[in-house]
Amino acid sequence: MNPYRRSPAIILASSLVYLFLYAPIFVLILYSFNASRTNIIFAGFITNFEPRPTLQAGLVTASPCGPFHWFCELSHNREVMSAARNTLTIAVISTIVSTVIGTMAALALQRYEFKLKPFTQVSLYIPIVIPEIVMGIGILTLFSQLFGVLNEALKLQADSRLTLGLGTVIVSHIAFSIPFVTLIVQARLQGFDKSFEEAAMDLGANEWTTFRRVTFPMLLPGILSGCLLAFTLSLDDFVITFFTNGPGSTTLPIYLYGLLRRIITPQVNALSTVWIAIVFVAVLLIQQSQNRKV
Amino acid sequence: MSMLQKLRENRSSQGTLLALPTTFWMVALLVLPLLLTTVISFGKRSPDGEVIYTFTLNNYIRLAGFDPNCPPADGTCFNPLYLQILGRSLSLAFNTTVLVILMAYPLAYFIARSHPRKRNTYLFLVLIPLWTNFVIRVYAWMMLLRKEGVINNLLGLLAGWIGYDFKPLEMLYTQGAVLVGMVYEFLPFMILPIFTSLEKIDNSLYEAAADLGANPIRTFRRVTLPLSLPGVVAGTILVFIPVMGTFIVSDILGGRQVILVGNLIQRQFLDARDPTFGSAASLILMIMTLVVTYFYTRKFGFGEEIVAA
Repeated sequence: MNPYRRSPAIILASSLVYLFLYAPIFVLILYSFNASRTNIIFAGFITNFEPRPTLQAGLVTASPCGPFHWFCELSHNREVMSAARNTLTIAVISTIVSTVIGTMAALALQRYEFKLKPFTQVSLYIPIVIPEIVMGIGILTLFSQLFGVLNEALKLQADSRLTLGLGTVIVSHIAFSIPFVTLIVQARLQGFDKSFEEAAMDLGANEWTTFRRVTFPMLLPGILSGCLLAFTLSLDDFVITFFTNGPGSTTLPIYLYGLLRRIITPQVNALSTVWIAIVFVAVLLIQQSQNRKV
Repeated sequence: MSMLQKLRENRSSQGTLLALPTTFWMVALLVLPLLLTTVISFGKRSPDGEVIYTFTLNNYIRLAGFDPNCPPADGTCFNPLYLQILGRSLSLAFNTTVLVILMAYPLAYFIARSHPRKRNTYLFLVLIPLWTNFVIRVYAWMMLLRKEGVINNLLGLLAGWIGYDFKPLEMLYTQGAVLVGMVYEFLPFMILPIFTSLEKIDNSLYEAAADLGANPIRTFRRVTLPLSLPGVVAGTILVFIPVMGTFIVSDILGGRQVILVGNLIQRQFLDARDPTFGSAASLILMIMTLVVTYFYTRKFGFGEEIVAA
């Protein structure tokens, strides 16, 4: 019997689900090449190259970038570039911090006995079982109350007043990333052969050398996948950022959301297409690197 | 003995120290905000939108549909608006979860039973929409469902061919649009855990079932379904909880027509400026999701697959 036999009904149903998943993405990408500025009907591609963009009755007929007109416009858009910079800054800092302290906590929870252990362990599950919006408004309330008190007590004026901004977003991103890093590294530590570390100790290595030469290299794949997850979660986050960002700390998802409530040009589609392309390449690379390991 | 030496010998303090930053972060940004939300929900709002710390049940009374300034015995002030919003969110989350299971299961089965060499490609195709930003995916549906959108255009073309007089359908800003958007957003979160549990099923079980004369339907009911249940349970948790709290989908695809708890809470913090009422609503939201999750997992168990996803 062929173990890979699937009934035609299953194949048909799966194809329809794949169609459902990809039709919207296809339309989104197609419209990022739209010649129509209003972006309501697909008016064809921009085929002519000219040093200056030409507009005729709402249609872009020629552009220095040809069909990639909207992508070029995007790269000249100051707001997009600053949002992209914020998004990356937040993701890089929160990933580094959460990876380091999340890994430390995983080691502590798996290898040590201490009083606060059950509490720390349980607190890691909070972000999984509680809707993100509850966390978001909680953090917003905390910051606004805290800043209110501090601004009052320290008599801070104008520019030096504490407000929501990059700092509050980063601190909050660290908070929701830590549990994922810790739980992944912990899972890796659980399926760990302790005899390697015992052998190192028997051979005279002290605890620090054992950690550096044995434990850490064996943990590295776990730490890296935790790090990668923290990075993508931060890049992708909307809800927590929505409640903790302030003037000057807009990220790409927040910027995009703002655009959707205003006028929509094919630039929004171009931005989405770039994002999807990056996701495509990233997932491809991750999958390939995982295959090689197995 | 110096401090450092003491530390070197005391493993309990070492553990505490290693876990300290994480414990601090969890307390400061998860536990404390939740406590603060609880405290504030019993407070009231000053005329300029500031929080006044006091103890009153007014916010909860308002959520239940009564006006605190109205004599409760008289029933004329009863307005079930907020109860309707809560009910709508619950039923939408329920419908989304059911639809997502019905769509995810065949696809997960298809991937799990495909040739190992092709399996990665099929999985890859699920991961792309999963990792594409949430806001982008809502936007895609906005383009499709608009009055001048892609679906109406295609239907118009089709109608033109068969000579039928076509009026564009109003699809955006309806309950249906929000349901479709939610299903689209959360479908991948169901496919992955179900796939993980289906993949674990040993092929010999299917062979044994066939050898013993079970037909495909019986095999599915007695072998496949029970063994894949942990995946369905994990997927349900991953879908149900976020759907309950999401506000972007209803905001963009539902407009002002479909208001969910998430929108109610968001507006209290941004437009209406009543954080105390918003806190009460979010506490109710949290309790609702915890209660549903608790009874659900008690009945079906908590799948390990939740971590795998």
